[in-house]
Amino acid sequence: MIVVRPNNVTKNIKRPQFKLFGMIVLLGLIIILTLVAPLIAPYDPTEVQLTERLKPMSSENLLGTDHMGRDILSRILVGAQTTVGTSILVIVLALSIGLPVGLISGYIGGALDRFFMRIVDALLAFPDFIIAIVLSGLLGPGMFNLVLALVVVKWVSYARLVRSTVISENQKEYIAVAKINGLSSIKILSKHMIPHVVGNLVVYASLDLGKVILVIASLSYIGLGAQPPTPEWGAMLNEGRNFFHNAPQLMYIPGIAIMLVVLILNLLGDLLRDRLDVKNK
Amino acid sequence: MKQLFKRIIELIIFLFFLSFVSFALMKLAPGDPTRYMLDVIDVQTTEEQIEELREELGFNDSIYVQYWNWLLRFVQLDLGESYMTKKPVFDELWSRFPSTLAITFASLVVMTLVAVPIGTISAIYKDRWIDHIGRVLSLIGAAVPSFWLGLLFIEFFSIKLDWLPSMGKGTFSHMMLPSITLGLAMSAVYIRLLRSSLLETLGQDFIRSARARGLSNSRIFIFHAFRYSLIPVITIFGVSLGSLLGGTVVIEVLFAYPGIGKFVVDAIGKRDYPIIQGYILFMGGFVIIINLLVDLSYRYLNPEIRLKEADRQ
Repeated sequence: MIVVRPNNVTKNIKRPQFKLFGMIVLLGLIIILTLVAPLIAPYDPTEVQLTERLKPMSSENLLGTDHMGRDILSRILVGAQTTVGTSILVIVLALSIGLPVGLISGYIGGALDRFFMRIVDALLAFPDFIIAIVLSGLLGPGMFNLVLALVVVKWVSYARLVRSTVISENQKEYIAVAKINGLSSIKILSKHMIPHVVGNLVVYASLDLGKVILVIASLSYIGLGAQPPTPEWGAMLNEGRNFFHNAPQLMYIPGIAIMLVVLILNLLGDLLRDRLDVKNK
Repeated sequence: MKQLFKRIIELIIFLFFLSFVSFALMKLAPGDPTRYMLDVIDVQTTEEQIEELREELGFNDSIYVQYWNWLLRFVQLDLGESYMTKKPVFDELWSRFPSTLAITFASLVVMTLVAVPIGTISAIYKDRWIDHIGRVLSLIGAAVPSFWLGLLFIEFFSIKLDWLPSMGKGTFSHMMLPSITLGLAMSAVYIRLLRSSLLETLGQDFIRSARARGLSNSRIFIFHAFRYSLIPVITIFGVSLGSLLGGTVVIEVLFAYPGIGKFVVDAIGKRDYPIIQGYILFMGGFVIIINLLVDLSYRYLNPEIRLKEADRQ
């Protein structure tokens, strides 16, 4: 469809780019903070000091201490490695299964494609949150099993996304030309298909990352993810629950941390979608 | 009708697949279930007792025989017995299901009451300040973890103000906080969805022709645009019912609400495998039935589908 742009066309184009830049900087900041968390954390996040219990915010403990006297700022920083780091790991693993399966399934087609898509449809028909709960329940609570459960659930949507992009590109003339010119399948996939797929994947992954963070925090909250004393934002809320009244920072800070990171990721995903002109399904 | 028949066949195949996966999961689960069964009753066990129980439960048969026997029982809704309570799994789940269903339904009501007005107003007053407020609210709503929202509500409405109970079930007021929490958490997505869907619908030909026929704006909105806009909303609803049911698990644990989700989390803690397995089958069956209903509701909402089918016959 041809969209007639109004007169303030430059304004419309420039603003999202500025916002996009801002969001990328924020996300970069979060990733850097996550990576160097153990270095900049003022205290050991698991060091118990019962004499320092439930201290309010102060210059010594910027965000106060929890019911075991552990420094909350340090726990939030290192907890980002568990919450955000694990979520990124889930997405990367899901991508590294979904991308090849989607490429092969879409490009080769035939019986192989039907076989893969049967699996994908069966998994997609089922609520992923419930599969994640049941899987991590059967395998036993813990971060490793939670990652495993989430990858099992998540790879299918990436495979499906890649497959549909590959199939629509495969019908275009330039691919036919490439084939006639004797370009090998691997070259076609890597030179022509993957660049087309990447835009969709980036948008989808950034929105999905926010969802995964919420799921990991929720499952850790109900005790299926990170186990104490590992700092994790959802688990921190669970551990601190009986002390909210005396130390409200235990309630506010992990929740705000989760909310901010997910908000940034969602905004980034939306802006990327506009920028890369990916159709919203 | 033919379409419906095909769907039901698909459904049976899917249930069969589900039963296979769930059986396989059970077999893959680490540890020896007989040991857990005996552990739960907290008595010192000998190797002979374990062996006896294994024989009794048929764990010494070949895997195919086990699956066949299990499938025969599954068809009769016999999912085994809970290790914890020694009662049939199906009865245990079924007796808690109404509580979960009640909370799911109440959340849907809250969600509709929040999402429909805000989504509609945002679409009517597109790009005005009220639309921007709706957008900010839904952005924040999508980023807030539901259990944290619940914790905040408990802190303010139960502890500080002492208006509503924070845990348990029984009265209407027990349902308030859980369903408001879940309903609000879910509504963020639907506000944006309904808004964009309404905006798209309002630009379509049949709306223009309705205007040309001189129908009033409100009539067009209610009888034409709104109905048509519900189609994508219902699609997403069907898809996200799973996350709603998943959401009830967290909310039930948070508010100590004795539904099916809280029960399964307790079962996970106790390694009560028959319950965990029964849960996935139970929920699977339920989600399939809901998806079927969603499919049927399209027909009602979108005359095009009905007309196309009539054409084909």
